[in-house]
Order: sequence, then C-alpha cells, then structure tokens
Amino acid sequence: MSLLAPVARLGRAVLGALAATGRVAIFAAESLSHIVRPPFYGREFLTAALQIGWMSLPVVGLTALFTGAALALQIYVGGARFNAESVVPSIVAIGMTRELGPVLGGLMVAARVASSIAAELGTMKVTEQIDALVTLSTNPMKYLAAPRILAATVTVPVLVAVGDSIGIMGGWLVGVNRLDFNSATYLHNTIQFLEPWDVGSGLVKGAVFGFIVALMGCYYGMNSGRGAMGVGAATKAAVVGASVLILASNYLLTEVLFSA
Amino acid sequence: MIELAGVHKAFGTNAVLRGVDLLVPRGTSMVIIGGSGTGKSVLLKCILGLVRPDAGVVRIAGENARTAGREAFLARFGMLFQGSALFDSLPVWQNVAFRLMRGATKRPRDEARAIAIEKLRRVGLGPEVGELYPAELSGGMQKRVGLARAIAAEPEIIFFDEPTTGLDPIMAGVIDDLIREIVVEMGATAMTITHDMRTVRAVADHVAMLHDGIIRWTGTVQEMDATPDPYVHQFINGLAQGPIASVR
Ligand SMILES: Nc1ncnc2c1ncn2[C@@H]1O[C@H](COP(=O)(O)OP(=O)(O)OP(=O)(O)O)[C@@H](O)[C@H]1O
Ligand SMILES: [Mg+2]
Repeated sequence: MSLLAPVARLGRAVLGALAATGRVAIFAAESLSHIVRPPFYGREFLTAALQIGWMSLPVVGLTALFTGAALALQIYVGGARFNAESVVPSIVAIGMTRELGPVLGGLMVAARVASSIAAELGTMKVTEQIDALVTLSTNPMKYLAAPRILAATVTVPVLVAVGDSIGIMGGWLVGVNRLDFNSATYLHNTIQFLEPWDVGSGLVKGAVFGFIVALMGCYYGMNSGRGAMGVGAATKAAVVGASVLILASNYLLTEVLFSA
Repeated sequence: MIELAGVHKAFGTNAVLRGVDLLVPRGTSMVIIGGSGTGKSVLLKCILGLVRPDAGVVRIAGENARTAGREAFLARFGMLFQGSALFDSLPVWQNVAFRLMRGATKRPRDEARAIAIEKLRRVGLGPEVGELYPAELSGGMQKRVGLARAIAAEPEIIFFDEPTTGLDPIMAGVIDDLIREIVVEMGATAMTITHDMRTVRAVADHVAMLHDGIIRWTGTVQEMDATPDPYVHQFINGLAQGPIASVR
C-alpha cells in the first residue's frame, strides 16, 4: 500500500492535469464558437482592444528596446570571435522578429493582461456578477470571454510588429553609438537580410500568444474560487499558465514554421 | 407556477438541500424564512439553474427548468442578489437598463434610459444617481439599484434575496410596499428571502420555513402566527431557547 502511494499520487496528478487540459480545451472551443456567432458585443471588443493593445504599448516597447540593445552587444562579442562583427544588424533583426519580439512581448502581455483579466473576471465571479449576467439573459462566455479573446488575438500581433521595430531600433542605437557602425550601413544590412517571413512568422506567433493570454485569463477568472484568496489564486494560475503555454507553444510553432 | 420536488444540493460533504418540496402559485408572493446558512440563497439559485441541483426537479408553469430553452426561460425572471451583484464597470442607469439594451427586447438607448430612471425613482433614488458608478454608492443604495434592475424588464417571476437588509426602516417600508405592488398590480409571482419579520408580514401571501435542508413548515401569515410548530415559533419570535441550535 505505502509502496504504491507515490505511484497513486503521480497518477492522480497526471489525471488532474489531463482533466484540466480537457476543460481548457472545451472552454477554448466554446469561446471560439461565440466569437463567430452573433450577437456580437462591439463595445466590449473595443474596450478590450484598447486595454490589451494600446495600454500594453509602453511595456512591450521598453522591453523590445532594451532587448534589441543588449542583443546587439552580445552578438558583437560573439561575432568578434570569428571576425564577423558585421552580422550584428541582420542577426538583431532576425532574432527580434522571429523570436524575441513575439516571445518577450507575449510574456509581458501575459504579466499585464492575463492577470488583469483573471482578477477582473474572478472578482465578477466572486461577487455574483457573472450569475447576474446569466439572469439578465446574457451569456458570460459571449459577453466577457469572446470579446477579450478576440481582442488579444488581433492586437498582440500589432504589438509584436511595433516591438520588432523598436527592438531593431535599440540595436541600431547601440550599433551606431557604441560599436562604431556606420548608420546607413547598419540599416542597409538590416533590410537586406530580413525576409518577409521572418516578420510574418513572428506575427503568427503573436496572434497565438495573444489568444493564449486572454484564454488563460478568462478561464481562470471565470472559474475562480470563492473570496479574495480564490481571486488571488486564479490570477496567479492565469499568469503562470499563460507564460508556460507561451514558451511551450513557441517551441512547437518554431518547429512548424521552421519546416514550412 | 413554480414547483420544486425533491431538490437536493450538496457542496462536498455539506448537504445543504435535502429534498425541498415547494409550490408557489402564479401571481402570489412566497416568503422564505430560515436561519442563516440554511440554504435559502442556494435554493433560489437552484431554481434559476445557476446552481445545478444534484437531484429533484424544478418546474416553471409545468415545464422542466432543466430541459427548457435557456434563453426563453431566463427572460421570464428577475433576480435581486443578496450582495446586489451590480456590474461595477457600468454606471448605475446602464446596470438597471442592462436587459433593455440587449437581446430580444432591445430598445433605443434613450428609451432604456428613461425606463431606468423611472425604476430608480420607484426604489427611492433620484435621476442623478443614474450617472454614478456602483462603487460610489452606499450598501443600501446598491441594494435598491439591484432591485430596480430586477424589476426593470417587468418579469413574470421575481426573486428578492434579502431586499431590505441594510436599509433604514422607512426605506425598508418603501421597498416592502413596492414588492407588494409588483405582485398585486403586475401580477408577478414573487419569492422573497428575508430575516425581517416586518417584511414577511408586509409582502407574504405564503410563508415557507427552510430548516435542515427541507421545507419544515409552510402556510399563510395568519397560520404562521398561530402555528404550534416550535421551530417556526422560535424563529419568528427570535427566541434563543428552542429546537433550533444557536451555534450552526
Ligand atoms: N458555491 C458554493 N460553494 C460551496 N458552498 C456553498 C456555495 N454556496 C453556498 N454554499 C454553502 O451552502 C450553505 C447555504 O448557503 P446560503 O448562501 O444558501 O445560505 P442562506 O440561507 O442564504 O444564508 P443567509 O441567510 O446568511 O444568506 C452555506 O453553508 C454555504 O457555505
Ligand atoms: Mg442568503
């Protein structure tokens, strides 16, 4: 009996994880079905888009700026080891657009947006506002989850595009001011070796990450436990869940987009 | 009109409802009394389907609530929540007019707003309150806004979960009159939960007492005053001594 206890515990944990995955998948499918079926709540969508997209710009922009700058320094050091300092502009551009722009942008949005959605919806759940919505003949999935998920899926790629540009600018600032690159040459190299798909694949990642962030925020918020502790736990779970899923799906997406 | 048969609901090991049978005829006012934590709020939520009963059936006008079309089913109801449950992202008047501005019964914004202001007036709140946000109101004002929202679309069936808790005696009297008026004039069917014996006397056609997970007693207000049932007697007179334990 006691010998088998760890096995039983492991089994329970695995089953629990599988059940949670199933519940999230059902939640995701249901919210998608509400996104495509009327009625549509345009005002809720616009509010969410403003909250998620516009208000995240400073955070995502600063993250990209410093990342691009640091990346330029690192690649210069690495490149110098085999006399290839000139690769700095193109590697910064490719690194930002394919990987760091979407991933760091996604993680920052996860911190900012998944938490705020989970806390807001969790509070609504705890104060019976979600029950009240139901009694007023309004489907909470349609009114609360669908607009937020759609807004995040649409706006995060835009955030990523802005982040990419700012990140490349960060690299350029460092390249020109610290590493003695010629400004025109730096920009020329950036553009010459950057392919549309480098940017495009990053934007696809951005859309997926946006979807994940809002999905986790809505799922944990609407399933929040009771009381302030319930909301706290829901918020934490949403941020952790979104971050882990972003990193995991980033690898999978990179595999898929890489072979494409 | 509203018919419950053998409704059970447990949360984990906490068996809250253990076979509730209740009948509320159309156009009458039923008041539910019972100790704190006996499951009165849970009972209303079971009827609305916000909480899924473990067993038993709920019928509204003969139709099983579980299988009825959800949309049409809920359109007949109005509910005042115990904690008001106002949407804090919307100003007060939009809370009241919420149902009027969406779905099948959607009206123009101005018309919805006019109705909201009128309903606010009926619960003793001036039009200026309509522009405030719920967080800017006192508890008693929030409760009255919740009440205005519950009656805004003039539903057939209205549930009031402690409508007068937290109100001053005058305002409580106003709300009692309003509930009575809604039942008599609009012909609505009402279920009210209250701990306030004055409200019981003012609004009830029938009274039901929930205790230990079942409807322990039911009857009219006159019958309530005359009943020899020790539980009801203890409860309505607020006695510390009696069959109902004071530690629950
Ligand atoms: N969602 C829930 N999860 C777990 N337990 C619950 C839930 N809702 C209610 N309960 C439990 O059910 C019991 C009855 O709660 P309910 O809110 O119906 O009481 P009540 O009769 O309305 O009391 P009061 O007069 O104080 O409002 C309580 O023990 C409560 O802890
Ligand atoms: Mg209650």
